[in-house]
Amino acid sequence: MSDRRDPLWDSGHLRIEREEARRLMELGRSRVEDGADGPVISLQDLALHFSDHVVLDGISLDVTSGETVCILGGSGAGKSTILRLILGLIRPDGGRIIVRGEDVATASRDELLQLRRDMGMVFQQAALFDSLTVYDNVGFYLHEHEDLREDEVGERIDETLRMVDLDPDQVSELLPAELSGGMKKRVGLARALIHQPSILLYDEPTSGLDPITTRTIDDLILKLQRDLGVTSIVVTHDIRSAFRIGNRVALLFDGQIMFQGTPEEMMDSDEGYVREFLH
Amino acid sequence: MIVRKAALTPVRYLGDTLKEFAWHTQRYFALMWRTIHATVTRPFYSGDLAVQLDSIGVGSIGIVILTGLFTGMVLALQSAVEMRQFGATIYIGRLVGASTVRELGPVLTALMVTGRAGSGIAAEIGAMRVTEQVDALKTMGVDPVRKLVTPRFVACLIALPLLTIITDLVAIFGGLLIAIVKLDLTFDLYIRSVYVTLADSGFVLQYIPVDFIGGVIVKPVFFGAIIAITSCYYGLSTRGGTEGVGRAATGAVVTSSIFILATDYFLTQLLIALLIE
Repeated sequence: MSDRRDPLWDSGHLRIEREEARRLMELGRSRVEDGADGPVISLQDLALHFSDHVVLDGISLDVTSGETVCILGGSGAGKSTILRLILGLIRPDGGRIIVRGEDVATASRDELLQLRRDMGMVFQQAALFDSLTVYDNVGFYLHEHEDLREDEVGERIDETLRMVDLDPDQVSELLPAELSGGMKKRVGLARALIHQPSILLYDEPTSGLDPITTRTIDDLILKLQRDLGVTSIVVTHDIRSAFRIGNRVALLFDGQIMFQGTPEEMMDSDEGYVREFLH
Repeated sequence: MIVRKAALTPVRYLGDTLKEFAWHTQRYFALMWRTIHATVTRPFYSGDLAVQLDSIGVGSIGIVILTGLFTGMVLALQSAVEMRQFGATIYIGRLVGASTVRELGPVLTALMVTGRAGSGIAAEIGAMRVTEQVDALKTMGVDPVRKLVTPRFVACLIALPLLTIITDLVAIFGGLLIAIVKLDLTFDLYIRSVYVTLADSGFVLQYIPVDFIGGVIVKPVFFGAIIAITSCYYGLSTRGGTEGVGRAATGAVVTSSIFILATDYFLTQLLIALLIE
């Protein structure tokens, strides 16, 4: 009956989404049971304001091991800010950000640098280093932090590029300016993956991409989730992507989480803003 | 009530401006301290240092040669007009040598490097900032101060004294050209005149003229630090897309230039007190 009330739900496209969401929920449950020693990331009563503008007002969210949580919300809702807070790029005005038992909000600069080594971030515009080739961009972490021979580094880079469906022979020597939008996102993803982090943060991974490339990137995120079992937070305003890849979704509005639950629960929610957002 | 609000507005504006000034000053010196600390502690980015030495140092050679040449020539030409009246053209070498080594060499070199390399540093780091490349560095466990600021800082500290020596030599050569072609002085007379003025200030370690300590070492090192820190500060503080990058580049050049001229005055006072008096 609730399906009938929702015009979006009646479309064939979203029915497929629902089936996928159900399948992903099953995957999520098994992972949570495997590693049920508390949340990997825990946001507790997080608050942030810039001058007089309240950006986040008492955000609480737990992400367990192997889970993918999508944060939805309109433009300027503070979605990307949450990722920046988790990475310690900005400090909150209140609340705690616990990542693997460490409070990011009070960590020193050196502690933050260490914490970030277990995280990978895929930026909205990829944020590839302009002056470096794809090879050097992807291998940047290894060159900085790991004492490997160049042939070992090369192997890891090739392997990671293949993982994101890129041919190393074709792209390694290209500069970021020579790549398409979708390729940039994949190289950004490869760069975030090269050191095999246990936490991946995605900032609008499909924004600005055509529907086919969006689907490809979503499939890639699902593949990584299945194969590597990383814990992920995906910030997006694309409901379809969120339902496709998220075990859980959180809807952000006016600095607060208006809803959090599975994609199915979101579809069935009667809350005003949730319904408005879905329409 | 309305009157009171209107009266408070300028006060509040002044207060906000002062707060902002204090905030920037604190962050500027914090960046300077972190850069100095990163310069003497591991890891070192020698590859990046080599790139910056090439960009800031080698890349500025052409512009400082032209600056030195025309400055030396115009200095000799202008002085000759006045000195001819007293039959004192033989002292042209003294005037060109002293003013170049003590003041014009270090200051003009620093200003030219600010215009050429300082704006480039601010724009490059600013572009990295607005395209989230600086954040990408941080997320990969790399300190942007070590990776971006320190190589540019060290490169400026090394390049500025060397570029100043080039400016000084070329300016003295420029003065020599005018002295020979326009004033009928001999090579020997001009060079001896330059040497005498430098020797007048005394020597350190037997062979190094005191003027060199201030003009070729102390001032250029300070100016190099100012250019690097100011430009990197503006770059790292960039906000607001491509427009912000333009503002950062302009701000870096204007602020560095003012800092260089102000610091030059205080350093000159200090050097006179320490080395001459």
